[in-house]
Amino acid sequence: MNPLVIRNLSCSFGGVRALDNVSLQLEPGERRAIIGTNGAGKTTLFNVINGQLAPSSGKIWILGEDATYAPIHRRAALGLGRTFQITSLFPRLSVLDNMLVAVAALTRFHFVFWRPVAAHAEIIARACETLARWNLWDLRDQLVGNLSYGMQRQLEIVLALAGSPKLLLLDEPMAGLSAAETHLASDIILQLERSVTVLLIEHDLAASFRIADRVTAMAEGRVVAEGTPDEIRTDATLRRIYKGAPAASGGAVRG
Amino acid sequence: MVAAAAVILALAAGAPALSAYQLDLLTQMLTYAIFAMSLDILLGYTGLPSLGHAAYFGLAAYATAIISLRLSVPFALAAPAGVAASVIAAALFNLLALRTSRGYYLMITLALSQLLWSLAVSWTELTGGDNGLPGLERPGAIASAAGFFYVTLTVFIVSTLALSVLVRSPVGYALKGVRENEGRMRALGYDVWKYKYFASLVAALFAAIAGELFLYLNGFVSPSALSVTVSAQVLMMVLVGAAGTLFGPILGAVMFVLLQYVVSSYTQRWLFVIGFIYVIIALYAPQGVLAFLAERLRRRTRRAA
Repeated sequence: MNPLVIRNLSCSFGGVRALDNVSLQLEPGERRAIIGTNGAGKTTLFNVINGQLAPSSGKIWILGEDATYAPIHRRAALGLGRTFQITSLFPRLSVLDNMLVAVAALTRFHFVFWRPVAAHAEIIARACETLARWNLWDLRDQLVGNLSYGMQRQLEIVLALAGSPKLLLLDEPMAGLSAAETHLASDIILQLERSVTVLLIEHDLAASFRIADRVTAMAEGRVVAEGTPDEIRTDATLRRIYKGAPAASGGAVRG
Repeated sequence: MVAAAAVILALAAGAPALSAYQLDLLTQMLTYAIFAMSLDILLGYTGLPSLGHAAYFGLAAYATAIISLRLSVPFALAAPAGVAASVIAAALFNLLALRTSRGYYLMITLALSQLLWSLAVSWTELTGGDNGLPGLERPGAIASAAGFFYVTLTVFIVSTLALSVLVRSPVGYALKGVRENEGRMRALGYDVWKYKYFASLVAALFAAIAGELFLYLNGFVSPSALSVTVSAQVLMMVLVGAAGTLFGPILGAVMFVLLQYVVSSYTQRWLFVIGFIYVIIALYAPQGVLAFLAERLRRRTRRAA
């Protein structure tokens, strides 16, 4: 079963076709990067997959189920996790409480109001394990709003992992990070089990090529190229899109 | 926790020594404390600002007064029926109100409470109009000020315990998550609407319980119980105490009743003085008195260390 299948997806805003007949298929365990300049339709594609936007036409299957019109929370229950380009955490809660909220979401205890979270050993254990695994344990009592930007970006990814997603959408996970922090973030992604399929939007082409098995290039709402990082690096169409930007040498491209 | 238990024990033990008037003041504090905590579930925990919370408080009181006076229904039935009326009203109203965004929630809750208020004023045959509905008597066992104080204290303790479990439960965490970041909550798999709806029902339930206590404390209800003044007062209790905690609203309610009692014994213009004090608090302790005191304490211990 393909974790994500997209067929002939289009999405228009007024007269603008943000997505134009996009088809995409991910293999189980694949790491796929989507590249393209600003306005290429990457974020719109993400929002349609996630359920924030309804497509004008086309279909989406998430982990084998037709999710074209499923509400956002239903897609999460199917096994879809996502991170946000603009850091999207719970700033006035501690790191541990952020994890507890994230972990409880997809457990059968998510609507329990008669017992404290502390009495649910399952939730506590899973939150603590996840924090420990990703080296965030020492920060557990810190308010998330007080963390450094780099730490928040890491938590952004780790929070999406709390519900054990089978398909993970990463929306510019390295945006605004220093070189060292970019390595920390890409290490998290590289260390993920292959049971998780990853779809990634990233402006940092070097990082994208390091992480991805395959790369899809978009321009003006369409898929213009698809292949392995090596194929894409040398793709003529892509060179034209980036207008001589040093894609071959793997430099970051900002649109 | 220990301090809270000590205060409650002291209240319970000391009650027989107090005058009926003092007991009524304490009863009023506890009643408003329940009312303020109920609003805080919406405002402080879920991030839904309501400027019409008196609707559920007053509706419960009116419903009980109407069926017990007009239909001679006994106390044991009339009080739960009033609470049920409020919760049902909240269940229907929030189907509509929760479709709005947060700023509009404030307006639409105000609209609902104003609608009920004008019904109470104008539907004279049912509600007694401006005169309200007097003549409600407490059953014999709780007729005395001390007896009713113990009832209120018990209801207060049970309500506080129930709410403190709620805010620590998975649902309580989810409510805080909704307050902080709805978009992320959806992406994590929460059906956000369901949690907001639940919070609005819980808030209405405890506001209604407070409304019942208020009704039986005073023995009558008038349109002022539904007024925007009461909605604003309970909002202030929450904000002054500290929103997003349960102790904050309790503190806010105690301060409000005390201030009202002290200031009104000096001047008729007590609302003005209280308003002025709120402005000072808003300027110098915008996170609420509780947060202000906690911050002070933290600074002092840091300096000592």
